[in-house]
Amino acid sequence: MNYVIIGNSAAAIGTISGIREIDSTGKITVISDEKYHTYSRPLISYWLEGKVSDKNIYYRPADFYEKNGVETILGKKAVKIEKDKKCVVLEDGISVPYDKLMVATGSKPFVPPMNGLEKTNYHTFMSYDSVKTIRSELREGMKVLIIGAGLIGLKAAEALHAYNAKITVVDMADRILPSILDERAAMKMQKYIESKGVKFILKTSAEEFTEHKAKLKNGEDVDFDMLIVAVGVRPNTELIADAGGKVERGVITDMTQKTSLDDIYSAGDCTVSYDASSDTEKILALLPNAYMQGEVAGRNMAGREFYYVNAIPMNAIGFFGKHIISAGSYDGEEYIAETENTYKKLVFRDNRLVGYILMGDVERAGIYTSMIKERIDLGEVDVEMLKSKPQMMMFGKARREEKLGGIIK
Amino acid sequence: MKKVYVNEDWCLACHLCEFYCAAANSGKSLINAFKYSDKKPVPRIRVEEGSEVNFAVQCRHCDAKPCVKGCIAGALSVVDGVVVCDENKCVGCYTCVLSCPYGCVVIDEEGHRIQKCDLCTKNHNGEPACVQGCPNKAIVFEER
Amino acid sequence: MAVNFNNALFEIVRNPDRCIKCRVCERQCANEVHKYDPEQDKMVANELNCVDCQRCVCLCPTNALKIRPNENQFRMNGNWNMQLMDEVYKQAGSGGVLLSAMGNPQNYPVYWDKILLNASQVTNPPIDPLREPMETKTFLGKKSQKITYDKDGKAHYEKTPYLELDLPIMFSAMSFGSISKNAHESLARAATALGTYYNTGEGGLHRDFYKYGKNTIVQVASGRFGVFKGYLDAGAAVEIKMGQGAKPGIGGHLPGMKVNEEISRTRMIPMGADAISPAPHHDIYSIEDLRQLVNSLKEATNGEKPIIVKIAAVHNVAAIASGIARSGADIIAIDGFRGGTGAAPTRIRDNVGIPIELALASVDSRLRDEGIRNDVSIVAAGSMRSAADVVKAIALGADAVYIATAALLAMGCHLCRSCNTGKCNWGIATQRADLVKRLNPNVAYERLVNLVTAWDHEIKEIMGGMGINSIESLRGNRLMLRGIGLTQKELDILGIMHAGE
Repeated sequence: MNYVIIGNSAAAIGTISGIREIDSTGKITVISDEKYHTYSRPLISYWLEGKVSDKNIYYRPADFYEKNGVETILGKKAVKIEKDKKCVVLEDGISVPYDKLMVATGSKPFVPPMNGLEKTNYHTFMSYDSVKTIRSELREGMKVLIIGAGLIGLKAAEALHAYNAKITVVDMADRILPSILDERAAMKMQKYIESKGVKFILKTSAEEFTEHKAKLKNGEDVDFDMLIVAVGVRPNTELIADAGGKVERGVITDMTQKTSLDDIYSAGDCTVSYDASSDTEKILALLPNAYMQGEVAGRNMAGREFYYVNAIPMNAIGFFGKHIISAGSYDGEEYIAETENTYKKLVFRDNRLVGYILMGDVERAGIYTSMIKERIDLGEVDVEMLKSKPQMMMFGKARREEKLGGIIK
Repeated sequence: MKKVYVNEDWCLACHLCEFYCAAANSGKSLINAFKYSDKKPVPRIRVEEGSEVNFAVQCRHCDAKPCVKGCIAGALSVVDGVVVCDENKCVGCYTCVLSCPYGCVVIDEEGHRIQKCDLCTKNHNGEPACVQGCPNKAIVFEER
Repeated sequence: MAVNFNNALFEIVRNPDRCIKCRVCERQCANEVHKYDPEQDKMVANELNCVDCQRCVCLCPTNALKIRPNENQFRMNGNWNMQLMDEVYKQAGSGGVLLSAMGNPQNYPVYWDKILLNASQVTNPPIDPLREPMETKTFLGKKSQKITYDKDGKAHYEKTPYLELDLPIMFSAMSFGSISKNAHESLARAATALGTYYNTGEGGLHRDFYKYGKNTIVQVASGRFGVFKGYLDAGAAVEIKMGQGAKPGIGGHLPGMKVNEEISRTRMIPMGADAISPAPHHDIYSIEDLRQLVNSLKEATNGEKPIIVKIAAVHNVAAIASGIARSGADIIAIDGFRGGTGAAPTRIRDNVGIPIELALASVDSRLRDEGIRNDVSIVAAGSMRSAADVVKAIALGADAVYIATAALLAMGCHLCRSCNTGKCNWGIATQRADLVKRLNPNVAYERLVNLVTAWDHEIKEIMGGMGINSIESLRGNRLMLRGIGLTQKELDILGIMHAGE
């Protein structure tokens, strides 16, 4: 069997692992437009901050490809899938034939049209190369303007803070981290980040840019030495779309991660997933999701049938030492507990836990996550215990035995 | 594969396993670990106390391994079935804390990184420290 | 705060260089002696509550704890010692009878320690038990007096029920109630593994333990708790408890507080009701009455099970034993005054009864003199502390011994003598669920097996030294014993010569 994988991040690595579980000999070729050994995209902010060394940004050990019998074509973009000929055409015209193809092309930064943006030397914050460029231009104490108060924008802010940058974050939304936090938690987090010296200007956007200045719609002017645009990402769906595959907001796959095209699979940030917590289809641009989709796809590509189910939105992230873990959907009956430094919100619906936000104290959050993923009925748990903290004690003895490995008599 | 199992019938919630675990993994004696360290080491096993039952929980080294699959830094990996963490690679994002259905990935004493049970493969020969230290043989290390 | 007349008996010495404030002492002390004080950031102790059970000392992972007698002492007095004064204060405060547990701790002579054993030298040479067979198998019950042969040469003899022991040590009666279910399970499993017997005591037999029936002696005491046909059928033998060494002439009292659902079910009494065993059996006022009960029990069990009659060692024990031997009982168990108890009035425990050594010797002599020694087996009880005590008991005339205190020690007991409080920190003499679970039968049963196996090895070693290869040849072989520092009267009662004679 001849496997070809386009992409070299989590979904691709998951795919390799999935294939190799079943097929230890088939040929695997990884194609990526980035020239690096597989590296962890979420680590770029840590790298920039200096917390992760050049060596440790790599997602897998140096001998990973060799150990897994993977050939690589790095630094070359795949520009076309010729599905009839079953081959991938690279930017230099070379075709790479496949029996099974994985498209794990991820996403790209979305840069909306903004007046005068072209006059600035703006950066996005998505790739190793992008942070390398930022690093080379950074000077201590620079004024930095970040457009976007989402996960990427704030991770960038945290990294740049290590260089004593004077940071201003602008976002159209009325709160920070709208994708993972509710209003209350966002306010707490915002105050916390502000206490570290980061300035937020919300509910507004840039009217116009000049080389070192942004004029905001609310009338304020923000001077900057460096501009970072981090308003969002868009999935890279072109290869599939051009080949005639079904694409909506992202690539559409079935539960085996197969696209609508024969022998072509897709996984990761470029695909649409089924969110089990809200019963909706959405793009779940999360590293664990990408890896696991890739793994499932890999197994299927190697001929074993597996399904990817129980995906939910979830996120673990920290800013300036304060951590947030959240998962699921926030639509339902809420339970909120709050202290000066912590915030906890549990969301119940249909007699199940369907979502939560933990901030400050995130210990053992995975127990909540499993409640959501496994769709455990509240009748099975001690709800007071559930509310007080994540603990195995809240499950009944039988469920506990099942989970923890049984009881010896 | 031999794993650590806890029999809740015999767990007394004495918490000694936590202390033995923390000391063993700090590489110090109990006294030095808890009296002469800047920060008290954090155990990788955790006792849950109830009104009638108690039990200790630690990494199940489960088949699903969501922590390994979700690790953004490639810090978690599987060595001979044992889920181990390369503390040098961990960046403290806590995606594994989010993923572990048993709540067994622990945040270290500094609050910057995770640590987890590796069945004492890095520090002890033979039985894990929690198993050796349990005064009521509630914690066992065996094949099931 | 009111004046406290009593002295704390113990002092807790905590080594601050070793204490890591893990609080295991606090969590493990049912008497609530230890406490973490967050204000002081250290462990503190309320020593008045300490019973010196050593649980905290044993579990302290850094050996930071010591418990020693309180240095504070009342003014020295050869007559009024501190304990007596303390007891007066207690009674002056409570107006009640003093209660104690476990065996008589007073400083009476221990005759075991004044008896020395013999060994062979040139003639009748010693035997190496590791190389040569050594028999400790023991049979308890009537020995057939006469064997006749018919004309085909077939032997005929009276068949009487008996107990077969792989070694001459059994676990003495401890009721479910006085000790925990886990302790009972440990004893039952150990007896099974060792090929010997444990004894239900007067608390009935928990339904989970019927499966160990082959190695169980079921007791019938004055309270008749839990006695019904199934119970009698379950055991290998039935023991009628007439008395107990720790409290001769006294009944028993399990406070209603300890009568939980399981105990209520096993004893067949209402939950929370006091379980009171009367001092006498109300149907026994004579040897003839006893004979009736022996016969009734034999009838109830189809004559298949040996009947044991257990008595406390009291002044006229020899005459009583003679009567019992004639009552049809198969085995007499004699319990000396140092035998344990879950609770007894202190004055009784400390002052009533006689030592087992003297009682055993005089019973054995009396039965021999009367020619009825083979009608019964004798089981000696009431503080067998080691294999040496067992060998001495057998040489004095016992067929086997009962051990209980030693068995409790094997399970963790440290003889704090507070069983009566129901707060046994070792999970043995308690019914509190959180404490009971401290005794893991998987651990405790193994320790019991180890203990008795070790004693068996030692018995064989000692027998080998004497040039004896069968426990039969040791029984009543008082020539193997010599007294040391004993008066002629004591030597006469023990039926042994003085060392050097």
